Amino acid sequence: MLSEYLPIVVLAALALAFAVASLVVSSLLRPHRPTPAKLAPYECGIEPQRLPKGERFPVKFYVLAMLFIVFDVETIFLFPWAVGFRRLGLFGLVEMVVFIGLVFVAYLYVWREGGLDWNEPVRRSGEREQVGEALRAG
Amino acid sequence: MRTPIAYFLVASAALFTIGSVGVLVRRNALVIFMSVELQLNAVNLALVAFSRMHGSLDGQVLAFFSMVVAAAEVVVGLAIIVSVYRRRRSADVDDVNLLKW
Amino acid sequence: MLGQFLSHPPVELGPIGPELVLAGAGVLVLLGGALVRRRQPRALLLASLAGLTGAAVVSVSLWRWRGHATVLGGMVQADRFAVVARLILLGVAALALVLGHHYFERLGEERPEFYPLVLFTTLGMTLITAAADLILVFLALEILSLSLYVLTALSRRLAAVEGSMKYFLLGAFSSAFFLYGVAMAYGATGSTHLSTIARSLAGQTGNQALALAAVALLVIGFGFKVAAVPFHMWTPDVYQGAPTAVTAYMSAATKVAAFAAFLRVLMTSFQPLTWDWTPIVWGLAVATMIVGSVLAIAQTDIKRMLAYSSIAHAGFVLVGVSAATQEGIQSALFYLLAYAATILGAFGVVMLASGRGEEHTSLGSYAGLCRRSPLLAGLMSLFLLSMAGIPPTAGFIAKVNVFRAAVDAGHWGVALVGVLASVVAAFFYIRVMVLMYMQEPLEDVEPDPSIVPRLAVAVPALLTLLFGVFPGLVLGLLERASVLRW
Repeated sequence: MLSEYLPIVVLAALALAFAVASLVVSSLLRPHRPTPAKLAPYECGIEPQRLPKGERFPVKFYVLAMLFIVFDVETIFLFPWAVGFRRLGLFGLVEMVVFIGLVFVAYLYVWREGGLDWNEPVRRSGEREQVGEALRAG
Repeated sequence: MRTPIAYFLVASAALFTIGSVGVLVRRNALVIFMSVELQLNAVNLALVAFSRMHGSLDGQVLAFFSMVVAAAEVVVGLAIIVSVYRRRRSADVDDVNLLKW
Repeated sequence: MLGQFLSHPPVELGPIGPELVLAGAGVLVLLGGALVRRRQPRALLLASLAGLTGAAVVSVSLWRWRGHATVLGGMVQADRFAVVARLILLGVAALALVLGHHYFERLGEERPEFYPLVLFTTLGMTLITAAADLILVFLALEILSLSLYVLTALSRRLAAVEGSMKYFLLGAFSSAFFLYGVAMAYGATGSTHLSTIARSLAGQTGNQALALAAVALLVIGFGFKVAAVPFHMWTPDVYQGAPTAVTAYMSAATKVAAFAAFLRVLMTSFQPLTWDWTPIVWGLAVATMIVGSVLAIAQTDIKRMLAYSSIAHAGFVLVGVSAATQEGIQSALFYLLAYAATILGAFGVVMLASGRGEEHTSLGSYAGLCRRSPLLAGLMSLFLLSMAGIPPTAGFIAKVNVFRAAVDAGHWGVALVGVLASVVAAFFYIRVMVLMYMQEPLEDVEPDPSIVPRLAVAVPALLTLLFGVFPGLVLGLLERASVLRW
């Protein structure tokens, strides 16, 4: 009876292991250069600085939100597809490969156009990198 | 105990109307845009309710597609609003006065 | 288990062949523009044109399609109506690509995304003409709209970005209405297939109240896309703000695509409700013709004037739609063909006559154009005559056809309003011609001397004349294409 729940336990363990492993690996790989500003606690004890003219995020965050769609919309279709995987068969598999391929094209485009560079100002005219993936998704 | 389908439809119509009014009366492009998203979600609610009423999955499939389209719309919309903002330092549609509204 | 895994439903990809070709070409051109270090716009242009040609060849081969009427689970319709609409759209896209290539080259701006965006827009447009399911109609509508929003913003000018924002906000608003209409149609009948909806409504099994709400909401959604009054607000701003080459493309192509889908949805799935929706279309047609023609008179900018004129033309096409007969479909198709050629050519001339950028688009700068460039002035006059509906141009035959279709269907009132509106409209078209031929130049703008874009403008001019003098060349073809299978 309880053994029916075993897959869930395994899945939970795998998810946990993946999360921990990601954190550990990234802490081993990332450069470690502390500065006083970085070590200061966020919004605690430091002088709150008034942002000019109301609260505004740097535009970069909007770009990040736009890029999120490349990885976001995939899931919407992957989940129901996974549920019906057996019945969809080879046809479903091919369809999904084509779909993921198209999303990958969007990813390639964003990457080549410099949409993933955080520090450099976005190359050339600003609105370009957000365009491609929207089309894929649509 | 099934909730009557009409309840969902009324809720959906109310949300859709709130969204429409939001589009018409708000002046900030981002808020207008959020109102449109509210309308799309109202439609999703109606679709899922109809889907249950008819006992077919078409409506839920359509709801999936509309979510994806909404996400794509967010991207294009944000890109356009950001690029207007970069040039004008404002996202207020009343400031968009180069062309008559 | 394995056998079950390998079995799949029958897949007939033939009827979406043109879309597959366009999608492939679009992705290749997109990646070509992004991955190749030294960008060569000319190579991108040629690749895009090759893609359009391939799609056109596949479309023509579908004329003799012998398979099922609908394929892919009832999603796509394989009929001749779709073939003809696709060919018009592909032709418009090819000419617009040539114009746009020249436009950005002349400005010295590098816009490699122009080509894939036009291909994706065209993909959405051709798909919508063949869509046999409201889900697909909605998706195709969004593909073309999202690409158009971005195309509009493809410029350094603030007006372009602002126009794009306006287009986007109102377009998204209208999409929400459209989607709500789809939901209502689904709620009324339990299906999104156009044919199933029709059967359900004809058999009185569907919920009539919900179905009427669906018609109203769908008409609002389509009304925005075809720029029918009172859903036309965005048109002048977007047409004026967008780069002229993009305006040429979207003014011609969007209307063809949206009307093709509009016709199909109304005439197949809501055919049982014909008596309910004709008055709506009727009212839209009258309002659109009158408002478009009257407001065009007050314009001082040629792009805005042409925008209002395109609104008025939407009204004339609606006259054909309101007839709700096969003759009506045929006349609407012919009108769209004539309109697409004319407006594409007219905006092409505007692009060539207004110097390097967009500075000289006021009507005043057209004074004395015949001195500076007799060819451009001549082409513009031809297009203006066609828009005014004066023989021997395609516009004349087109107007006669839609009015005849309306009268034959018993709507003589709407035809009468149409005739009056075209008389009013003739005034401002003739005014531009008077400016070009009878006045001294006010500004010293050097028209663009390039040959290739001139050829791209000459093609629609030739077609306008050809269809005006020998309309029989295409009318027979359109007649066979105006049977909507379902």
